[in-house]
Amino acid sequence: MREFGYERAVDVSSAVTLLAGDPDARFLGGGTNLVDLMKAGVERPARLVDIRELPLGRIDFTPATGLRIGATVTNADLAAHPEVRRRYPALAQAVLAGASGQLRNMATVGGNLLQRTRCGYFTDLAKPCNKRAPGSGCPAIAGEHHNHAILGASAHCVATHPSDMAVALTAFDAVVSYETASGTGELPLTDLYPPVGDTPHRETALPPGALITGVTLPPGPLAERSRYRKVRERASYAFAIGSIAAALDVRGGVVREVRLAFGAVASRPWRAREAERVLLGGPVSAEAFAAAADAELAAAEPLPHNGYKVQLMRNLVVAVLSELAEEASR
Amino acid sequence: MAPSTSSAITLNINGEKYTLPVDHRTTLLDALRERLDLTGTKKGCDQGQCGACTVLIDGRRALSCLQLAVAAEGRAITTIEGVADGERLHPVQRAFLELDGYQCGYCTPGQICSALGMLAEHADGWPSAVTADVRPEAEPPPLSAEEIRERMSGNLCRCGAYVQIAQAVARAAESPLGETEERVA
Repeated sequence: MREFGYERAVDVSSAVTLLAGDPDARFLGGGTNLVDLMKAGVERPARLVDIRELPLGRIDFTPATGLRIGATVTNADLAAHPEVRRRYPALAQAVLAGASGQLRNMATVGGNLLQRTRCGYFTDLAKPCNKRAPGSGCPAIAGEHHNHAILGASAHCVATHPSDMAVALTAFDAVVSYETASGTGELPLTDLYPPVGDTPHRETALPPGALITGVTLPPGPLAERSRYRKVRERASYAFAIGSIAAALDVRGGVVREVRLAFGAVASRPWRAREAERVLLGGPVSAEAFAAAADAELAAAEPLPHNGYKVQLMRNLVVAVLSELAEEASR
Repeated sequence: MAPSTSSAITLNINGEKYTLPVDHRTTLLDALRERLDLTGTKKGCDQGQCGACTVLIDGRRALSCLQLAVAAEGRAITTIEGVADGERLHPVQRAFLELDGYQCGYCTPGQICSALGMLAEHADGWPSAVTADVRPEAEPPPLSAEEIRERMSGNLCRCGAYVQIAQAVARAAESPLGETEERVA
């Protein structure tokens, strides 16, 4: 591991000023991904600015403004919060589906959004990887890719974003707040992760040196009827091979509102807007849900070993929407 | 100017203060084992995947292999050495002993620290991934075998002593903490 300086920031402005003055500096939150990648040599910061003690550890909810989550809130505290569990159950379920109890106690919300892919080629310095070493190639396309992307990938990179939390946040129209040395800004979470294209090393649309300060979710009753479902290769403590966050409002047998986001299928949490469009105003049936899934997945371009994800996501859409519709009819 | 790559830090471990210089690259796990002779905490994968290095930080379970020592300054750290009250074993330790919750024992300190943290999380009403209804209005889930296995899934046991580990955690959950402590003969 490269040697590095360490500073503990006490306020946001000094944290972003430290980053602005050193392009080799990184923010340290829980460290569950960054420290691991530093051990592997994938991350080689010259300086860490510890942001865990910044005053960004609050969760606030009001029916008028929605949910405001500070960037240094831990995953565990987010999933345990009564208003999160009451108003955005799919978000609590998504967080609880990720990692382990120990990791959720350490990991922060801001860090979760910025965590790196778990593609095995990305973390192996002996292998080419366009994300880690631009222009070196992508061995996953002809190699081990059974858990890689089927949507929105490119000939340069087929890695997936590993977060569960971000899938639920994407379904709920989350907005990310950030601060740099020159001011504050906001980005819809759907715009935080740019398309892969030929720049897979550009993973976020944040300006250089930006610190995520929080995430805001709009209010509204729709999210109260939501669910997160994760499929993985063992029963617990594994990354998804496919996941879904869904919220559904049914009135008079017609879909009045719906939100759908997919996980583990793309370089970012995948908002299924085409499926939402097909569902809106339509009937509530397994056939209608399957047709919506097919509309979304028509754009899928599976590789030789991950074609199963198309059927998996179709099944998840039908199963989870059917459950939410059945609950709405009670 | 290049920043300093080491610091003198003071760690609060099991209620005692330890002051030591550390290279910033030092994890809490390596500081405990290599610098402070607190070797009860074990190094398994050193990648945050096995749970052998689990300690409690400010009362919550955490992985000491992914925790930089310098970033742990100012926090209250509890290791397996700080779990018993002198010779009086903690009820979680007693349960592992009585129900044979191990084979080789290498993962055991992490299992016990994780169980302590998990029982506190459950007592605080935290749901888990297998909790059917996460809403706060729902009844807190009893610590069923399914709940215990999910909540302990961050601790691997290469010997495969999971059956007894789950039973030991279940027994520890039944005994109000502090009431079943007995002096070890």
